Amino acid sequence: MTEAALSAPVAAPAVDRERLTAVGFVLPSFVIIAGVFALPLMLLLGVSFVDANGLTIANYKRLLGTPYYLWVIWNSLRLGLLTTIIAFLISYPAAFALARARGPLRSVLLATLFLPLAASVIVKAFAWTILLRSDGIVNETLMALGIIEDPIRMIFTETALIVGAVNIFLPFMILPIYAIVAQLDSRYAEAAATLGASPVVTFFRVILPLTLPGIIAGVALVFSLSVSAYVVPTLLIGEKYPTLATTIAKAYLLAREPGFGAAAGVVLLAIAIAVVALSARLSREPK
Amino acid sequence: MTRAAIIVCWVMAIGLALFLIIPLLVIAAASFSPTPVFDLPLTGASTRWYGRIGRLDGFWPSLLLSLQIALLSTVISLVCGTLAAIAIARGKLPGAGIFATALVSPLMMPGLVLGIALLQGFRAVGFTAPWATLLVAHLVITLPYVARTMISGLARFDFTLIEAARTLGCSYPGSVLRVMVPALAPSFLIAGIFSFLASFDNYPVSIFLADVRTKTLPIRMLQYIEEAPDPTLAALSTLILAGTVILLFVSDRVVGLHRMAGTSD
Repeated sequence: MTEAALSAPVAAPAVDRERLTAVGFVLPSFVIIAGVFALPLMLLLGVSFVDANGLTIANYKRLLGTPYYLWVIWNSLRLGLLTTIIAFLISYPAAFALARARGPLRSVLLATLFLPLAASVIVKAFAWTILLRSDGIVNETLMALGIIEDPIRMIFTETALIVGAVNIFLPFMILPIYAIVAQLDSRYAEAAATLGASPVVTFFRVILPLTLPGIIAGVALVFSLSVSAYVVPTLLIGEKYPTLATTIAKAYLLAREPGFGAAAGVVLLAIAIAVVALSARLSREPK
Repeated sequence: MTRAAIIVCWVMAIGLALFLIIPLLVIAAASFSPTPVFDLPLTGASTRWYGRIGRLDGFWPSLLLSLQIALLSTVISLVCGTLAAIAIARGKLPGAGIFATALVSPLMMPGLVLGIALLQGFRAVGFTAPWATLLVAHLVITLPYVARTMISGLARFDFTLIEAARTLGCSYPGSVLRVMVPALAPSFLIAGIFSFLASFDNYPVSIFLADVRTKTLPIRMLQYIEEAPDPTLAALSTLILAGTVILLFVSDRVVGLHRMAGTSD
């Protein structure tokens, strides 16, 4: 502001008015983000250090000091890691095919991505409970094909959980990767081949680094969504796979232990922030 | 790429498409089940489950509540988010980059954590009316979708077009209405649809703010599924899916799905 005022004193009131208008334009959104997002999260941090006797770190001691809750945290991380790895292994090659598709085929493939993305999580998780029941369609099909003789137990197993989570979070992996792959200039790979690089070397030295921003975005998104998923574990595996998310819900809705629930929430939040910070750092780093 | 790699890519893409679409097809098929145990309608279809949706306990109030909250929060977020995006895009705002990040950041936060934080926050200030708390909470759910889409939409908009319209004799509101609004219509549509769906489908935030009489549709649905799942729920799910298909079809006609893929990064 001072610079503008010094160099062009006549223009200063106009600049001020433009700034004022800009501040006025962002004010409603600022009030929402500050009042209904930032402040409540800070309050939650405060509540996590409180119990019936006042200020305490007992909530964190219980969460990070008992084997049961360490197992719960590991369950959350395991769900996030397995979902992210499997979703990446499927999405990465598929994104290249999607980028090459043209015409109606591309429309159909994109529709199969967008429809599940827009569909309700509860509806999709419910569909998997129908598919994986012991008298469900997957078992009936396997038996009809003679692959198995008796129905195998699938629902309420870790397999069901991971299949459902991968299914629900896959679009969040492939879309950012596809957005980058679609812009990939094929001449880089051709140049590498002309200069004598084998396909494997071309892939690891040219294609993989060029598509890394999409991979980082997809991995960060899918991990932070699946590590904190609530509906999917509740419907597909239930009580025997407690996660941080189900622990938070239990502490607030059943046990009435807001301090402990808040501490679990802060740990989950810390994981999410770590993922975002790491991905932002990785995508900024020069190659 | 080598031939083998191309084949692997196509196998993965087609496998992925089938894997994503199968649960949706199964739920639609199961909604016509002739028996109460989710049989596929191979031996005869029944539409009776559709007639039973309206008789689900507490269905109509929950549907109405979810529609009200989703529509209102989307409209408010569209107004607030677009104004903020204009200020950010015009570059007259100090700290615009940080604010743009802050606006989108709730997208990356665990929904459940936001839910308990809001429950604590609303309690602390004595704001406990369920309908109003749900609406205010859903503003934080919908605003990031609007902000993200409108910021990237406005980045492509040439603000000198408004000046040009004014030079040609348009009033300021007139030039905004006749130049800017049509140019941004596709972004509005995409932002509106995703924000509506995010609110309509939200469970992890709503569950902490609802009470016995004020339950959104997702809360009801999870309750039905846990208590007594029967093909009525498949029928309800199919209707919700059909509504989503229509929304996506209309937006594809108007903007094109390809463009939606571009804006979602």
